[in-house]
Amino acid sequence: MSNSKVAVDVRGASRVFKAPGQEPVAALDNVSVSIKENEFFTLLGPSGCGKTTLLRLIAGFDFPTDGQIMLYGEDIAVLPPYKRPVNTVFQSYALFPHMTVAQNIGFGLEMQGNPKLEIDARVAEMLKLVRMEPMKDRKTSQISGGQQQRVALARALAPKPKVLLLDEPLSALDYKLRKDMQIELKRLQTETGITFIFVTHDQEEALTMSDRIAVMSKGKILQVGSPHDIYDRPAVRFVADFIGETNFLSGAVKSSVKGTSKVKLDCGPEIAASADDGMKSSGKVTVVIRPEHSNLCAVKQGQMKGVLENAVYFGTDTHYHVKLDDGTHFMVRQQNEGGSGQNGFKVGAPVGISIDEGTARILRD
Amino acid sequence: MMDAPLSPAAQVAAENDMAVSRRSRFLTLPSLFIVFVFGVLPLVLICIYSFLKPYQNGGVVWQFSTDAYLNFLFQRDIFDDTLQFAPDFLIIYGRSIFYALFTTVVCLLLGFPTAYFMATRPPEQRNWWVLLITIPFWSNLLVRTVAIMFIIRDEGLINDLLIYFHIINKPIVMLYTDFAIILGLLYSFLPFMILPLYSSLEKMDFRLVEAGYDLYASRWQVLKRIIIPLAKPGIVAGSLLVFIPALGAYVPPLILGGGRHLMIGDLIAQQFGSGRNWPLGSAQALILMAAVLVALYFYSRNETGPVKHG
Repeated sequence: MSNSKVAVDVRGASRVFKAPGQEPVAALDNVSVSIKENEFFTLLGPSGCGKTTLLRLIAGFDFPTDGQIMLYGEDIAVLPPYKRPVNTVFQSYALFPHMTVAQNIGFGLEMQGNPKLEIDARVAEMLKLVRMEPMKDRKTSQISGGQQQRVALARALAPKPKVLLLDEPLSALDYKLRKDMQIELKRLQTETGITFIFVTHDQEEALTMSDRIAVMSKGKILQVGSPHDIYDRPAVRFVADFIGETNFLSGAVKSSVKGTSKVKLDCGPEIAASADDGMKSSGKVTVVIRPEHSNLCAVKQGQMKGVLENAVYFGTDTHYHVKLDDGTHFMVRQQNEGGSGQNGFKVGAPVGISIDEGTARILRD
Repeated sequence: MMDAPLSPAAQVAAENDMAVSRRSRFLTLPSLFIVFVFGVLPLVLICIYSFLKPYQNGGVVWQFSTDAYLNFLFQRDIFDDTLQFAPDFLIIYGRSIFYALFTTVVCLLLGFPTAYFMATRPPEQRNWWVLLITIPFWSNLLVRTVAIMFIIRDEGLINDLLIYFHIINKPIVMLYTDFAIILGLLYSFLPFMILPLYSSLEKMDFRLVEAGYDLYASRWQVLKRIIIPLAKPGIVAGSLLVFIPALGAYVPPLILGGGRHLMIGDLIAQQFGSGRNWPLGSAQALILMAAVLVALYFYSRNETGPVKHG
């Protein structure tokens, strides 16, 4: 991120839907976010969180009931989509079924009124970029889902938009293809140098591709940060819960020194947990510990104690579900070492849990 | 593989497949029977009649003759028995084609926005709109056409109102004009345009429209380049459903045209009625059918020729 120019600046944008005789619903509630030039920015959240609404406001398919949408300093909030230098890759691709692959890719350029020779050259360039040259004269119904996806990308990239919007573009693909396309998307973004705004509900997709992620819920942005920030330093319970798997433990702060607090957990032990500056340093708090930052061990060596209730084998690792002494459930994830795989822990037996140092974290709620 | 004996289960499956296809063939028998008896047989009959001689009180004399076809274009001079070119029937055919084409174009222009409106309503409302469009079918065409007559005649609703409000002081003559016939045709056939248009627009993915706007197409360009091409099956079906019956329309020109501006349908009916010339009527009907088939042939060849549908 050497270039820190702001591409899209959303300022206090709201979108309230009013149906007669019903309570108005805010799909987007006073959202502000700055997206930098050349950034792979992801809007992540469950369905109905407002991420697609925000994308549609930027694309121009919908208009904010309040606030501004700035594109390189110009308010575009009320411009129709065909007057915005922004293109969209749709969830269902929305390829024109009555046109060939090449005609689809050239459509935007044609509508902009570019000369025929220029269009042909650019279409050829785009076909090469997404590796679809042999398919250029096919109808869009005659190519596979993954190929349709690449055509949709090429079509949206062809007019050289200032910002490319992607609305869950990978959700219709099967697992392996999705993995390949994630890498492909990242490559395209790097090669074209275009700002990507990517909408998804898939946290793994968000973590692997994004420069920065905004986690959304109920029409609001809860946290914006790099994948590392979001995963390792979740600010609120929703973010911690939505991204990856997490153990929530309640406790009370005993003492606090420079961002690290001693917390007495309800299940017994006292542990050290980090917290952001300016967070409350006393009273009841929630501590999060990722399953992979804890290990099963003998009862004597463990910081926490409980009974192993279940072990679920996942190939690369095993999830151990432990019922702690105070009744809360705790999950431990351990890498499998090959061989027997059971690691010597028996379901129903008492076990101890050790926590990696510096991984416990206090939430801001 | 082909010669390997089938397992018992595979045998049962194969027999079942055959039984199903045999049974489904039987299912079409009743409709095939109806099509044959009431569609093919009358057509054969008309074909035969058109090559016979008319009996003076209607019916036919079983004697081969091509007079019916000659009479379509020529009239035999009663004094010297020579054939003279008589374009009367051709004029009626030409007028009918013009009326039918005009009706089709206007139905398309009126029907498209209507169908688009219906297709863009919330799904639960759409069936109500379809129902509203079909309401005219609940009463007889003759009754509805007579109702139009009462509305547009000199002492009808429209003229009475215009005179009452002193907009005009002499009734505008609408009944028994070309205008009246075309109004009747439009009224009768508009639903046949709207419904196929609606069904193709309703299936359309409106995200394609958004994609069009997103790719810098203006409203007009989206309509021209995306919506109309995708609605083409509906446009074709609707145009055929309007044009073909409009060409042979009988009731509207008879009642609203007052018999002064005949169309093909009335002409044919006349031969079987007061004209008492069944062979001529049969020939006229066949010529109409041939014209439609030839037009359709060229139309479909144009459609599928250059663009291969995948």
